[in-house]
Amino acid sequence: MLDHKMLKNKMLDKDRISRRIRLNSFIRSLFSFSTIFSLLVLGVLLYQVGVDSIGWLDLKFLTSNLSIFPEKAGIYGAIIGTVMMMLIVIPVTTILGVSTAIYLEEYAKKGKLQYFINVNISNLASVPSVIFGLLGLTVFGRLLNLGSSILAGGLTMSLLVLPIVVVSAQEAIRAVPGYLREASYAMGASKWTTIWKVVLPVAIPGILTGTILAMSRAIGETAPLVVLGIPTLIMKIPNSVMSDFTALPIQIYYWTLDSVLKPEYANLAAATIVVLLVILFVMNSTAVLIRNKFQQKF
Amino acid sequence: MTGDVKLKEKDKEKEVVFEVKDLNLWYGNDHALKDINLAIKKNQVTAIIGPSGCGKSTFIKTLNRMIENIPSVKITGEINYQGKSIFDKSVRVEELRTRVGMVFQKPNPFPKSIFNNVVYGPRIHGIKDKQVLMEIAETSLRQAALWDEVKDRLNDNAYGLSGGQQQRLCIARCLAVQPDVILMDEPTSALDPIATYKIEELMESLKKDYTIAIVTHSMQQAARISDETAFFLMGELIEFDKTTEIFSNPKDQRTEDYITGRIG
Ligand SMILES: Nc1ncnc2c1ncn2[C@@H]1O[C@H](COP(=O)(O)OP(=O)(O)O)[C@@H](O)[C@H]1O
Ligand SMILES: [Mg+2]
Repeated sequence: MLDHKMLKNKMLDKDRISRRIRLNSFIRSLFSFSTIFSLLVLGVLLYQVGVDSIGWLDLKFLTSNLSIFPEKAGIYGAIIGTVMMMLIVIPVTTILGVSTAIYLEEYAKKGKLQYFINVNISNLASVPSVIFGLLGLTVFGRLLNLGSSILAGGLTMSLLVLPIVVVSAQEAIRAVPGYLREASYAMGASKWTTIWKVVLPVAIPGILTGTILAMSRAIGETAPLVVLGIPTLIMKIPNSVMSDFTALPIQIYYWTLDSVLKPEYANLAAATIVVLLVILFVMNSTAVLIRNKFQQKF
Repeated sequence: MTGDVKLKEKDKEKEVVFEVKDLNLWYGNDHALKDINLAIKKNQVTAIIGPSGCGKSTFIKTLNRMIENIPSVKITGEINYQGKSIFDKSVRVEELRTRVGMVFQKPNPFPKSIFNNVVYGPRIHGIKDKQVLMEIAETSLRQAALWDEVKDRLNDNAYGLSGGQQQRLCIARCLAVQPDVILMDEPTSALDPIATYKIEELMESLKKDYTIAIVTHSMQQAARISDETAFFLMGELIEFDKTTEIFSNPKDQRTEDYITGRIG
């Protein structure tokens, strides 16, 4: 027999209740402290970078070319380099990535092989970027003899972010409810028609969000380009995909290294960081906006 | 006497649309349909009743081969649609499903406008002319008794409609493909009584032009709307007869137990 009165008293135990309340407020302050701490660190970093870039970040900085004289140096070449590299990365990764995701989710037989491929793609997404740099150096740089050109850099970056695009596109496609596909099939639609007219329109916002985040990763990555051997000082503005180039994160890297020689280089690095951060911030906000705007109500 | 004979002869004339012979179906090793034999006749409503899990959905999805989307499914036996086997190599499922439409249990409109939902089928089958599409939309929505409620907001998203309206939209979308047969899998089970009544009324009017097979777990619904009723139990077809016969004079004890509420 249950002693209801005893149970009731036990559950209403004032001490226990106040202990739980105390624990809750302790946890809450712990978590808010962690949040404030990370924000603080971030704030200090941004402040430092911001202060260092004052007086250096202006229109001239954006439109002039590299120079060994810090006062004259600008990042025009690096911006062009980054843009041209992204002109390779964007089409290569979206076309390959989305096609792969469609194949794996809609066409491939759900069996061991598909599972094996899926697991490996997820693993690839977490491989350190240096490894992709080595792969790019071996395959594109040496084997295909592309050296440290924009094409080599773009293809290496594409490899790096391709798994991210595939995984996020797969997730977006998987989130499309099966009953929508069924409705289409039941009207005599073929698989491709169903994918094109029903699945993709619903999945596009998710695919876009993932793709934009992957692109901002590609813009910010440094290590693969360092491994490819991008030269330190490039005076020529790249004019084709076979040109040697420099990109924003690489420029930050080299100027930071060189700041031991001339302290002004640190200011140049800071100004470039601000530019890069603004680009990344705009891209990530766009991704968030798209996600919120098209949030599915399934 | 003579009247009776005449009636029977008239019945015989009723054209058979679907003829199912010794149909067996397995999900992996689960034997879900066992030796099913029945005929679905033209311009009639055929109801499929039985307790849940007895294979009603499985059976109806076999008729338009939607069941084949489940990889583990194995089928033996024959299903002839207008005299020709639907499993024949020359039959393409896309064509079969264009002629045999389907309405699902849960309303499943696309997240598109009402208009784009209705004309989805015609569009994918190659009709592009805006004027023709508009006419198809109006006719189908009228047939589905939805036109008056939506004619002023054809470009609104279908998700703004009520559940009952969404289901009628799905019926309109199905009709827009000009099918010969409409398969319905518990089309009213997610709807309130008024919406259910509207859809039942609708079926009565659709019968003139279409052949309808409807799965329902409501015996009252089967009794109200159908001409013939098939009673399934644990994957077997227990009894198949005129609806009036099934409900007033069941031949099998299990049918009687079910319709009187003793099993199910
Ligand atoms: N996709 C599936 N995979 C395996 N078994 C299934 C699947 N769908 C249904 N079944 C099984 O087949 C039997 C009949 O199911 P179903 O046709 O959905 O019944 P009903 O529609 O009459 O409720 C049930 O035992 C069910 O568990
Ligand atoms: Mg069912």
